[in-house]
Amino acid sequence: MTAGYVATILAAGSTTLLLALSSLLVATLLGLAAAFATLSGSQTLRRIAGVYTFVIRGIPDLVVMLLIYYSLPALLNQLTDTLGWDMRVEFSPIIAGVLTLGLIFGAYMTETFKSALQNIMKGQIEAAIAYGLSRRRLFLRIMLPQLVRLALPGFTNNWLVLAKATALVSLIGLQDVMFRAKGAAEATGKPFTFYLVAAGFYLVVTILSIALLSWLARRFELGTKELAP
Amino acid sequence: MNWDVIVENLGLYAEGAKLTLLLAAASLALSFVLALPLAFARNSASPLLRYTVLAYTLVFRGTPLLVQLFLIYFGLAQFELVRSSLLWPWLSSPLVCVLLAFVLNSTAYSTEIFAGGLRHIPAGEIEAARAYGMSPWTRGRRILVPAMLTRSLPLYGNEMIMMLHATSLASTVTLLEITGVARMITLNYYVQFEPYVTAAAIYLAMTFALVTGFQLVQRRFAGYLENRIG
Repeated sequence: MTAGYVATILAAGSTTLLLALSSLLVATLLGLAAAFATLSGSQTLRRIAGVYTFVIRGIPDLVVMLLIYYSLPALLNQLTDTLGWDMRVEFSPIIAGVLTLGLIFGAYMTETFKSALQNIMKGQIEAAIAYGLSRRRLFLRIMLPQLVRLALPGFTNNWLVLAKATALVSLIGLQDVMFRAKGAAEATGKPFTFYLVAAGFYLVVTILSIALLSWLARRFELGTKELAP
Repeated sequence: MNWDVIVENLGLYAEGAKLTLLLAAASLALSFVLALPLAFARNSASPLLRYTVLAYTLVFRGTPLLVQLFLIYFGLAQFELVRSSLLWPWLSSPLVCVLLAFVLNSTAYSTEIFAGGLRHIPAGEIEAARAYGMSPWTRGRRILVPAMLTRSLPLYGNEMIMMLHATSLASTVTLLEITGVARMITLNYYVQFEPYVTAAAIYLAMTFALVTGFQLVQRRFAGYLENRIG
């Protein structure tokens, strides 16, 4: 019986990983956009990015999630009511989860990408412009490869925190590892056993991620160490 | 918009804010005291000690705080031995469980932060202390601990903010800190927007105050490191 419950919990690992990876994608795109915005010449863009990172990093993850899952639809529904439209806005737990984690970790990624972009040597960008590279090529050929290397340590950290933060989404009803563990704990009266299984799942994800990403970091650092002064 | 509900319940938010600050301060204070010796153990010459501390920090940093909290609050009741023990009146209280989980978690993070700070102390400073004939105890008290703490300040500031935010998880085990109060008001009045926005605003103000205060501390104690390379 216990084995059956363990299998159900671990099967929900795919939901947890789906949530984590989708959130990571959203966070990376948002973080890149906001990092370019903070370094851009436009003051408005800089302000928007500044307010975004400040506000999001000032509020606990759980509260951001409750805001997106409960408060945002309530606000939107009030809005549609006043406008006389006949529609109800409601998010599914997975959508609310991806939005929440994407938004939160987008703010952390912004800082990571910002400092990485600032650490790309200016001379290389100037050289690329002098060679007449288009903006797109400048980004893809010169900036992106260095960005990956420079941002990887921060990116790794953010991912490790994100993977664990997915457990919060079980609180709004997403059937992830944590949610199934809670179910098994309540059904059997063995909470310690099943929460320990969940803990083991997250620990394995963490250890595998560290192994994979540090291997990647070593690959991307090939050739840079010897050249450094 | 229905802000009257919030105004009526401002007293509850004040109580919640008090509990939030109490939880954060107590967890940080206790974990600080525990993390100092553990940081030295983490860098100890004995592999057994080093790896034991590493195993502890890896497990507590590698699993979600929510899982740790549930393991302690719901999980411990599974064992007859715990339920019949003298500690049970404490271990069945949500406040004690929350503090236990927070302290264990924050100690793991703080240990790694301090251990990193310890590794970054230039060897020359330690050699100089030795050359002056300081005993290991004096060396630790006068040189290693202050140098370790100043070098850990930026990361420890982040940990303090993380801890402040982590206290919101206490609402999942019935405690009425800020998030718990907001949740209760949404359930009692059936308004979804205002209570959480108010909670978010309070956390934002607290974070801002913490960050500002921390920058002052940093300038006072670690200012001398700013223009130094290495």
